[in-house]
Amino acid sequence: MSKSSDEIVYGLKREYLQKISTEGNRIDGRKFDEFRELRVTTNFVPRAEGSAEVRLGNSRVLVGVKIEEGEPFPDTPNSGILTTNSELLPMASPTFESGPPNEDSIELARVVDRGIRESKMIDLEKLVIEPGKKVWVVFVDIHVLDFDGNLIDASAIGAVAALIESKVPASKIGLSDFPLPINHVPVMVTSAKIGSSLVVDPNLEEEEVATARISVSTDENGNIVAMQKGLGGSITEEELFIAIDNSIKVGKDIRKRVLGK
Amino acid sequence: MGTSSDIKLINEEGLRIDGRKSNELRPIKIEAGVLNRADGSAYIEWGGNKVLVAVYGPREAFPKHTQNPSRAVINARYNMAAFSVDERKRPGPDRRAVEISKVIGEALECAIFTEQFPRTSIDIYIEVLQADAGTRIAGLTAASVALADAGIPMRDMVVGCASGKIDGKVVLDLNKEEDNFGQADLPIAIIPRTQEIVLLQMDGNMSRDEIQEAVAMSKKAALFISNIQREALLERYKEKEVNEEGERNE
Repeated sequence: MSKSSDEIVYGLKREYLQKISTEGNRIDGRKFDEFRELRVTTNFVPRAEGSAEVRLGNSRVLVGVKIEEGEPFPDTPNSGILTTNSELLPMASPTFESGPPNEDSIELARVVDRGIRESKMIDLEKLVIEPGKKVWVVFVDIHVLDFDGNLIDASAIGAVAALIESKVPASKIGLSDFPLPINHVPVMVTSAKIGSSLVVDPNLEEEEVATARISVSTDENGNIVAMQKGLGGSITEEELFIAIDNSIKVGKDIRKRVLGK
Repeated sequence: MGTSSDIKLINEEGLRIDGRKSNELRPIKIEAGVLNRADGSAYIEWGGNKVLVAVYGPREAFPKHTQNPSRAVINARYNMAAFSVDERKRPGPDRRAVEISKVIGEALECAIFTEQFPRTSIDIYIEVLQADAGTRIAGLTAASVALADAGIPMRDMVVGCASGKIDGKVVLDLNKEEDNFGQADLPIAIIPRTQEIVLLQMDGNMSRDEIQEAVAMSKKAALFISNIQREALLERYKEKEVNEEGERNE
């Protein structure tokens, strides 16, 4: 298809989705604050220190955690290290290309990382082997397998589920393995702006016509630990707080129902 | 946010380590039209931040497949000089710079009438010469002035200001130490005329009420900075007037 015909189809889709949103409807019949079916299978890759396969509607993401010995950063000698990467695999969408991570992939990894890091989910101070010399490095790798929208939430929930299940392989250095020390359970919930409506967990069709996206990560106390506005459109202050309230409410449900916390 | 510490960021009198009140901005200075070759440019000093911005375009987007048949493509490039921070930063874009470039570009896209320039790109180069916390907002604020200086039609000049939380208190415009040792940072940018939010990020830990307080504080400050942007543009225009008159007299 040529770019111009793409634009026409896009225009029609946008018009239709905006129209039904003014009547309170979404293209797949969900309510504005309704998540798609979310299934998380942990320990999907037993060779990893922790893993989770997430199916959010037709989006599918696999998160693997590897934990290895490494050197601490010079400015944080008494702290383990968390590092998050994502790969938008070319198998996941005809629009994804192989090669070094593009800005979408980098943003995805950094927003997921921010939710985990800022909630202080992992007690990094308990991951020191020898202060200033040796610490445990937690690698979170996000593999996007099938793309049907809202990769941020699918990846963030997958990362949290995988970390909760992760074991530090201390037996490799003559100690005994121990579960990754977890203090908090952050949950990311994204809302997309279609017309003048905000819908939670946008699917691909909704994401394509959305003008703005706002991701909010909350902890179990209902505090906000990370936010990111995306896409080239604006939101009002009122919409920001709808997104925050969506996140607190939906996050609470996911934390309990899906993550069992 | 950064590492926790025992450093006290607010004293008994409620003043911050640089002597500011909780809702007080650092000094801001903006100059428009500071580069010769660029279509538009601006320079901003904001506290210890020094940021230079150049705008090129609208010009034919290259490579061709990046062209959009119905609008201009906005390319923002946020770059930190190796010497801009305490410990030398390895030159070239890192992951942080890629993300910041993306959110700045998206914020400016909200204001620019991109539909007037199909198949073109508008390239915005943001160079952080010295960093002192708040560089993305300083860069974005200067970028709007540079875009206006380039004569690119916009709904308004995007402007922003960060707020955050230090010692459990919501404050405006964090400096380096406050950013490192505080509990939250919330950069935000708006279109002043409509008060729409075009950039918003947050990290740390804040309650809903604290965010409400921070957003209100940032918005108020942004409207104040908006006037500094306008003055910078007017100043540039005034200079031109004098020059042109001077030429006529000769």
